Amino acid sequence: MVETRIRNFNLNFGPQHPAAHGVLRLVLEMDGEVIERADPHIGLLHRGTEKLIEHKSYLQAVPYFDRLDYVAPQNQEHAFALAVEKLLGIAPPPRGQYIRVLYAEIGRILNHILNVCSYAMDVGAMTPMLWAFEERERLMEFCERASGARLHMAYFRPGGVARDLPVGLVEDIHAWNEQFLKVVDDIETLLTENRIFKQRTVDIGRIGPEDALDWGFSGPNLRASGFAWDLRKSQPYDAYAEMDFDVPVGKNGDCYDRYLIRMHEMRESVKIIRQCLERMPSGRAMTDNRKIAPPPRGDMKGSMEDLIHHFKLYTEGYHVPAGETYTAVEAPKGEFGVYLVSDGTNRPYRCKIRAPGFAHLQALEFLSRGHMLADVVANIGSIDIVFGEIDR
Amino acid sequence: MDLALKDLGEYVAAALPNEVLGATTINDELAFTVHRDAVLKVLKFLRDDANCQFKQLMDVCGVDYPEREKRFDVVYNLLSLVHNVRARIKLETDEVTPVPSAAGIFSSAGWWEREAWDMYGIAFADHPDLRRILTDYGFEGHPLRKDFPLTGYVEVRYDDEQKRVVYEPVKLTQEFRTFDFLSPWEGALRLPGDEKATKS
Repeated sequence: MVETRIRNFNLNFGPQHPAAHGVLRLVLEMDGEVIERADPHIGLLHRGTEKLIEHKSYLQAVPYFDRLDYVAPQNQEHAFALAVEKLLGIAPPPRGQYIRVLYAEIGRILNHILNVCSYAMDVGAMTPMLWAFEERERLMEFCERASGARLHMAYFRPGGVARDLPVGLVEDIHAWNEQFLKVVDDIETLLTENRIFKQRTVDIGRIGPEDALDWGFSGPNLRASGFAWDLRKSQPYDAYAEMDFDVPVGKNGDCYDRYLIRMHEMRESVKIIRQCLERMPSGRAMTDNRKIAPPPRGDMKGSMEDLIHHFKLYTEGYHVPAGETYTAVEAPKGEFGVYLVSDGTNRPYRCKIRAPGFAHLQALEFLSRGHMLADVVANIGSIDIVFGEIDR
Repeated sequence: MDLALKDLGEYVAAALPNEVLGATTINDELAFTVHRDAVLKVLKFLRDDANCQFKQLMDVCGVDYPEREKRFDVVYNLLSLVHNVRARIKLETDEVTPVPSAAGIFSSAGWWEREAWDMYGIAFADHPDLRRILTDYGFEGHPLRKDFPLTGYVEVRYDDEQKRVVYEPVKLTQEFRTFDFLSPWEGALRLPGDEKATKS
């Protein structure tokens, strides 16, 4: 009898691969079509954000957060703004808090639309992407009307938001919000009971509660494994304590549950947006502490003190008292944390960014081992990774 | 909230008197400083003790203080879902002595520690796979150290003759400018006559 040697072989997946959601290089060790080992090589989008932030004043650091998870930029800024406010010991006025919650939820819908639909495309469904991106475009228009930028808003600043909402925007968001559930329903009719979609996702990439904790899961991926844990509920920040919404919880921790959680979260976001719009308080959107926030343009023309404040804020910036904080928000992808160390000067001494995708991608090998090659694609899509935040 | 955190801090400090150097509660955040070699014991205790149950390690990172003898801080951020509390563990280490790796206690520590190694050169003993993670293949140096320049040492470009990407020393068309915006009128600088200002 002739002896045949069976040998595992290595497969290089990416870095340029449409299903890699960016620049992921995955070195797969395969036994036939079964994954034995998956070794993600990351860092192809590393821009040294943390190093750059150490060389910028606190206000100049804000736009770097947009460029982390560029799918939902405002949620990252939110974490940084809260961290700086905590060290400064200030809080934004109520209207600023409500606008932030409003836009954080818009960011969540932006993110979930992209994730669910690109995920569906990865496993073979084309139509949801085409339908939902129309809504994404509308949302980005709202971002543009509030901040001037469709994507990288730089809108959430320490002390509130950069400027108040323009006239008529609240009504337009409300009108959009009331029709959006119809789109979610449409996508669900395409996917939720779809046989092909279920074959590709149910029981794929299961992760149990103990393992989910061990691997540092957070956000929708943790909830899919059966934890009713949402930072908006358990450690509420800004105006979330006043909002009434439910936290969807999954049972199986597989790709299908993660998809269902995201669909349900969009419905909850619609509820939160409605409450924000109905209860939107009047008043200032930015703190009137002139040592933190610049004065209105008009005042600078007539008041010497305001002119000095403006000059000081845009050259030196403000000094943040020495101290350190770990502040986290419930970003659409999970817990986005900022560990900020201040030494009392106008620049952060250290700003560590805790990206949820980093922990999730780390568990990819755990999720994929023993599955087929095609299931790796399903797993990558379902844990919702964006390389801007993983590589920083 | 603050009181409960303080109690928890005292409880942990009393349970591990030799390992925990101090427990503080600032800004509603609980932080422990521990001995470098005892960190695994503390992490294990915090994970398994019924009053703590910090089952999740959310983050591990380094901080660089070049003027100190033990120049690095390693910071672990823990989260307890059961008690809805966060805790932070800090330890000090230098450039050569490795820190015991937490990857055996929390699987998520693996990549965070690789990142700390990559960015700061903090070594972790018994780490299953301590490779660089974020920087380029063949990168030299540890970019987040305070003595590493912001512009780095090398830049890359595509060379059309060699048909490949080549590495070259950084050439700046304009010198990197760093502006010191710190006001001389506030803070450390003492000018002659300052003592009069404090007299009432």
